Amino acid sequence: MRLKTRRNTPVWLIAALPILSILVAFIFGAFFIIWAGESPITAYIALINGALGSSFAITESLTRAIPLIFTGLAAAVAFRAKFWNIGAEGQLYCGAMAATLVGTGMIDLPSIIMIPVLFVAGALAGCLILLLPVFLKTHMKVDEVVTTLLLNFIILLFVNMLLEGPWKDPMAMGWPQAARIIDNGVLPTIVAKSRLHFGIIIALVMSIIMWAILRFTVWGYEIRAVGYNQQASTFYGISINKSVLMVALFSGGLAGMAGVSEVTGLKGYLTLTLSPGFGYTGIAVAMLAQLHPIGVIVSAIFLASIYVGADAMSRTVDIPNYIADILVAISLLSVLVGSMLARFRIVWGK
Amino acid sequence: MLELLELILTTSLWAAVVRIATPLIFATLGELICERAGVLNLGIEGIMTIGAMAGWLWVYQGGDLWGGVVFAALVGMLFGLLHSILVVYLGLSQHVSGIGITMLASSISYYAYTMIIPFSTTPPKIVAFSAFEVPLLSSIPIIGGAFFNQTALTYLAYILVIVTFYVLYKMPLGLTIRMAGENPVANEAQGINVLLIRTGAVMVGSALMAIGGAFLTMSAFDAFYFGMINGRGWICVALVIFASWKPGKAFLGAILFALFEALQVRAQLIGADVIPYQIFSMMPYFLSIVAMMLVARRAAYPKALLVPFRQGDRI
Repeated sequence: MRLKTRRNTPVWLIAALPILSILVAFIFGAFFIIWAGESPITAYIALINGALGSSFAITESLTRAIPLIFTGLAAAVAFRAKFWNIGAEGQLYCGAMAATLVGTGMIDLPSIIMIPVLFVAGALAGCLILLLPVFLKTHMKVDEVVTTLLLNFIILLFVNMLLEGPWKDPMAMGWPQAARIIDNGVLPTIVAKSRLHFGIIIALVMSIIMWAILRFTVWGYEIRAVGYNQQASTFYGISINKSVLMVALFSGGLAGMAGVSEVTGLKGYLTLTLSPGFGYTGIAVAMLAQLHPIGVIVSAIFLASIYVGADAMSRTVDIPNYIADILVAISLLSVLVGSMLARFRIVWGK
Repeated sequence: MLELLELILTTSLWAAVVRIATPLIFATLGELICERAGVLNLGIEGIMTIGAMAGWLWVYQGGDLWGGVVFAALVGMLFGLLHSILVVYLGLSQHVSGIGITMLASSISYYAYTMIIPFSTTPPKIVAFSAFEVPLLSSIPIIGGAFFNQTALTYLAYILVIVTFYVLYKMPLGLTIRMAGENPVANEAQGINVLLIRTGAVMVGSALMAIGGAFLTMSAFDAFYFGMINGRGWICVALVIFASWKPGKAFLGAILFALFEALQVRAQLIGADVIPYQIFSMMPYFLSIVAMMLVARRAAYPKALLVPFRQGDRI
């Protein structure tokens, strides 16, 4: 048995890979459900019902997909250039902090200006915090994986400090949360009697913009080129440092926007429970989408449904909702294996 | 300043330093072995989590302490094997696979814990390892009582530093492992199976990471908490770079790091009114970044780190 490089990957395979990966995850997940002493079939029916069984469930899944689209895009654009930004979680909180700083009374503008201002502020905050790992990588050769990971912990402690100190809302009955975003900064809901908010439109638009940038601009070409082959790109005259910086700005900005959208669209204020690991799940979203910005939309909705479904399932069937994290992790690993099938053909025999 | 000096000269401070350093020593050695063979293992954070969980669970279910350590190591090896299949045999992205392993191992840990202890407000405790004094050595002033009045796992960590050094530098096996990380083609020319060597190194390294995690639930504390690894794994990845992939330096790095951590905890108690405690808690992570900045420029990464090897490849 050996591997042969494919000239081009058939389209059906690219579409089938993520679906297969999630199937594999559900098969392995079944063992964990059996371990918990429940029937996988009952559990999975409860999961699917919880995610898609009613129009309310569907809006919940879409609502959960919003931050995942942003963080998924953040990971996808960075990984395209092999810039390993694992810090989307921290950048998300930076965005949320910026939105809180600007949106809780510093300025008050009509919604139509206020909301874009908050998103720009959040995106800038996400970019700014990522500049440190970028600088360390380009000028001091410090690996960005570890720095972005460690910054997540620093940022979370910083948020904790603000929420227990200067930003603590005295009206919140002692809960560590910041003041509410003013009315003009709050994203409107787009489906009545649901939590689905305008953030989804922004997320979709950002996906299309990122797709267009990667596909049609010189920037996008350079980003992709650096990802494929750094030496060749340097030879061609592309500055690696410049590309890394650009990718980081996109990536950090998108992750920051995830924070803004959660604060202004869903919660209304900053808390420490704003993100249950959206930054990390974004990596799985990006990989399942095979780093394609439009694919990110689909895979974010898919994974969000798993989370929403698992929450519902854990209320009816006696299974911890961590099953969702297990399913997502297994689909990440299986799509990674699958990506090999897209690049190589297995040839049996000599 | 004098107070600081006095503080540094107390046995209780150094005892805390060694306690904080022990899991870091295990996991840093583990990561070091993986990277020496050419494989970055970002599964470290999750493998430590599941090691902590597995060791605790074994004892909670009525097993003995050493059985728990072995069980944790075996579970760690299993995840090491999974990482190896993905990155050594299939040559996939070591970054993504590692993050995936961390996500998988931590979520399985939390899943299992919630399943076994569904509604607990106080985590159930086990009878952890207790400290014992090493005769003679423990009577050295200040550091004797700190370094040689610890639990058995800490002594195991000391021994492993020496064993790792000896194996890596004094035995043909060590040369083979280092060559797998520097120049795997040379290995192959000698008829050595590079893939097997790398897999072995990753599995042994992962076992050490898991024992490092198990130390937390079976020695430093006596229960399992959510998020108890709290970035220690990532800190160890930084420590490996700081130690320039040398076991002795890894030990010193872990001790140095733990010293800052112990001082930070004490400063937190003194300065709590003036400076928010979160500032102090950030220090370990800042320090790890600074440590990498100090050495990164001239860091001699193993040359074949992150480079997949396919049999019959030419460079």
